[in-house]
Amino acid sequence: MIMTANAVQQNSSLHNTVLQGFARKRRIAFAAPLLILAYLIYAAISFDLAGLAARARMDNAAILLSDFWSHKTHVTRDNRSGQVVVAIEGENKGTYPKGMLPEWVTMNGGVTTIDLGTGHIVTYDDAGARFVVPSYGTINIREVNGKPVMDAPLPIPDWISVASNKVSVTTDAGRFSYSRSKVETFKYQAGWELWFFTLDSPFYGKSLGQNVYLATIGPRVDENRTNFGYMLSEWWNNRMWQHGVVLWAIFETILMAFLGTMSAAIVSLPIGFLAASNFNPFGAARGAVRRVLDFVRGVDGLIWTVILSRAFGPGPMTGAIAIALTDTGSFGKMFSEALENIDEKQVEGVRSTGANAFQRARFGVIPQVMPVLLAQVLYYLESNTRSATVIGAIVGGGIGLLLTQAIVTQKDWEEVAYYMVLIVLMVMMMDSLSGWLRRKLIKGE
Amino acid sequence: MVDIAFGPTPGPRPDVNDPRGAYLEMVRRKRMYGGILMLLFMALLYSGWVMADARNAGGFWDGLPNVFDFPSEVVAEAWQKLALLPPIFIEHIPALIETLNIAAVSTLLGALFAVALSLLATRGLARWPRLIPVFRRTMDAMRAVPEIVIALVLIYILGGGPVPAVIAIALHTGGALGKQFSEVAENADLKPIEGLQSVGGNWMQRMWLGVMPQVAPNWLSYALLRFEINVRASAILGFVGEGGIGHDLKLAMQWGQGRYDQVVAIFALLFLAIVVVDQISDHFRHKLVKGH
Repeated sequence: MIMTANAVQQNSSLHNTVLQGFARKRRIAFAAPLLILAYLIYAAISFDLAGLAARARMDNAAILLSDFWSHKTHVTRDNRSGQVVVAIEGENKGTYPKGMLPEWVTMNGGVTTIDLGTGHIVTYDDAGARFVVPSYGTINIREVNGKPVMDAPLPIPDWISVASNKVSVTTDAGRFSYSRSKVETFKYQAGWELWFFTLDSPFYGKSLGQNVYLATIGPRVDENRTNFGYMLSEWWNNRMWQHGVVLWAIFETILMAFLGTMSAAIVSLPIGFLAASNFNPFGAARGAVRRVLDFVRGVDGLIWTVILSRAFGPGPMTGAIAIALTDTGSFGKMFSEALENIDEKQVEGVRSTGANAFQRARFGVIPQVMPVLLAQVLYYLESNTRSATVIGAIVGGGIGLLLTQAIVTQKDWEEVAYYMVLIVLMVMMMDSLSGWLRRKLIKGE
Repeated sequence: MVDIAFGPTPGPRPDVNDPRGAYLEMVRRKRMYGGILMLLFMALLYSGWVMADARNAGGFWDGLPNVFDFPSEVVAEAWQKLALLPPIFIEHIPALIETLNIAAVSTLLGALFAVALSLLATRGLARWPRLIPVFRRTMDAMRAVPEIVIALVLIYILGGGPVPAVIAIALHTGGALGKQFSEVAENADLKPIEGLQSVGGNWMQRMWLGVMPQVAPNWLSYALLRFEINVRASAILGFVGEGGIGHDLKLAMQWGQGRYDQVVAIFALLFLAIVVVDQISDHFRHKLVKGH
C-alpha cells in the first residue's frame, strides 16, 4: 500500500498527540501521590505527631479498657475511726449497707478478711494489715508512731512501692494501699455491677430464676404493687445507672433529629419552588431566595447553635431549631434542583385539563419529585441522629450532654461505655428505620 | 370466590360493569389513607415540638424576640472596635488553617480507607468474595459511631491536639465514603477487568488499571463533598473537644462581653472559609461529573 506524504504526516502527528497524552497521564499518576504524600508529611509536622507519643497516656487507655468490661469494689478502713466501708466503684450509691457484705469479705470483731482470689488474702486488724501473695510471701504492715512500716521478703519487687507515708501493692488479683489515714483494697470483677438493681433493692443478689419466680407467681414483696411493676420501677430508678434518665436522653436526641429534619423539610418545600427557575419566573426574587439559602448553609450549624442557645436557653428545642435551620438551607437547594429536573410533559398533561397553578404543582409535580425528596429527607433524618448527639453536647440536651459530662469527670468510664453502646444502637436503629421507610414509601414494597 | 371473600349478603363489592366508579372509589380510599397518615404525622410533629418546648430551659415564644439580641449585641460591639478587627482576623488564621488541615487530612485518610474497603466489599470486584459481608459490616460500624464519641475518648488517651479529631473524622469518613464508593464501583464495566485478567494482571493491577479510571471522577466528586462536610465537622469538634477554630470560638464565647470582637472575627472567618470551600468544591464537582 502506498501512503501519500500528507497521510503519513497526519498519522505521525496523531501518534505524537497520543504519546504526549500518555506522557501527561503518567506524569499526573506520579505527581498526585507524591503531592498527597508531601501534604501528609507537612500535616504530620504541623500536628506534632512526634510529640504525640510523649503525650499519650497509655495508663488512661488501660483504665478505660478495664472499666469497659469490669468494675472494682473498694474495701476501705478509716485508720482513725476503724470504720470499714465496702463500696462498689467507691461511690456513695454503691455502698453496702450495714450488715450486708459481699461473700469475699468477712468481718469478725476488729478483723476484716478480704479474699481477692487465687490465694491472695488481705487482712485488716488492729495492729495494721497483712497481704498474703501466694508466690511471694506475706507483706506485713504495722503502724509505728503514726507511720506505716512494712515487713516483707527481700528483695522488694517493683510492684510494691514504698514511700515514707504510703505503701502500695499492685497484683493481678487487685490493688492494695496503706497510708496514715486509711487502708484500701480494690478488687476487680467482670461485668457492670448493679446494672439491674442497686444494693438497697429487695431484688438485689437474687438469681435469675428467683426473680422470674417473684415477677410471675411469687408472693408480693410490697403489698401495694405487683412484683413486676416494682422491679421495673427499681430498674428505671436505679441510682447507679439512672436508666430512666439515660433513656429519656436518648429519646430527646431522636426527638431533636426528628423535629429538626421534618420541620426543615416542610418549610423547604415552598422555598424549593421559589428557588427553582421553572417555577419562579422572577429572576431577581429567585436570586434573592437562593442567596438566603446560601447564607443559611454557609453560617455553619455550629454558629446557629451558639446563637440560638443564647435566645432559647439550653434544651432539646434549641437543638431541634438549630438542626431545622441548617437543614433548611440544604433541603431548599436540593429540592429546587430536583424541581428543575422534572419532566414537563406531566405538567403539560395536567394543564390541558384546565388545572390552575396549585393543582398543576399538586398533581403534575409532587408525584414526580416525592420519591427523590423523601429519600433525601430520610437520609438526613438518619445522619441528623448522629449530629443531634454533638449538638446536644453544645445545647445541653439529650445523650450528648450525658456523654460529655461523663467523659469530662474522667471517672465513670463504665457509664461512658454504656452511653457509647446506646448511641451506636440508636444510630443503627434509625439507620434501619430510615431504610425500611425508604423501601416502604418509595418502592412501595 | 367473591362470595367467600365478601360474604353471601349482597353489598359492597367491585362492580365489573363500572370500572370508572371502582377507580374513583380506589382513589378516594387512597386519598383518605394518605390524609389520615398526614394528619397523624402532623399531630406527631406538633406534640413533639410541644414536648421539646416543655423540656427546654427557655420557652419558644419567650425566646423568639431575643433571637437577634445576641447577634446584634455582638455586631454592635464589634462595630465600635472595627479598627481592631483586622489584627484579630490574622491572629485566628492559624486556627482556621488547623481546622481546614484536620478536615483535609481526615478526608484523605478516610478516602484511602474507603477505596480499600469499597473494592473489597463490591460484588464482582472483591478479592475475597466470601468476606464481602465482613467488610460491609465494618463500614456500617465505622459510620454508626458518632465522631464526638471517638474524639472525646481519644482526647482522654492521647491528650488534646488535632490528632484525636483527625482519627475520629477519618474513621467516620471511611465508613461513609466506603458505602458511596462501593455503590459507584458496582456499576463499573467489568470488561476492562476481564481483559486485564486475560493478559495475567493480578488483583491490584486489575483494580488500579481497570476500575480506577472508570470510577475516579465520581469518587473524587464524593470525596470533595465529604471534604465540605468534614470542614463543618472539624469546626464543631473543635468547639466540643479541642483544636482549630472551634476551640477559639469556645474560648471567645467564655470571655463573653467585651471580647465579642473576637466572636465576630471567628464567625466571619468560619463563614468565609465554608463559603469558599463550598464554591471551589462545587466548581470541581461540576467539572468532574459533567465533564466541562
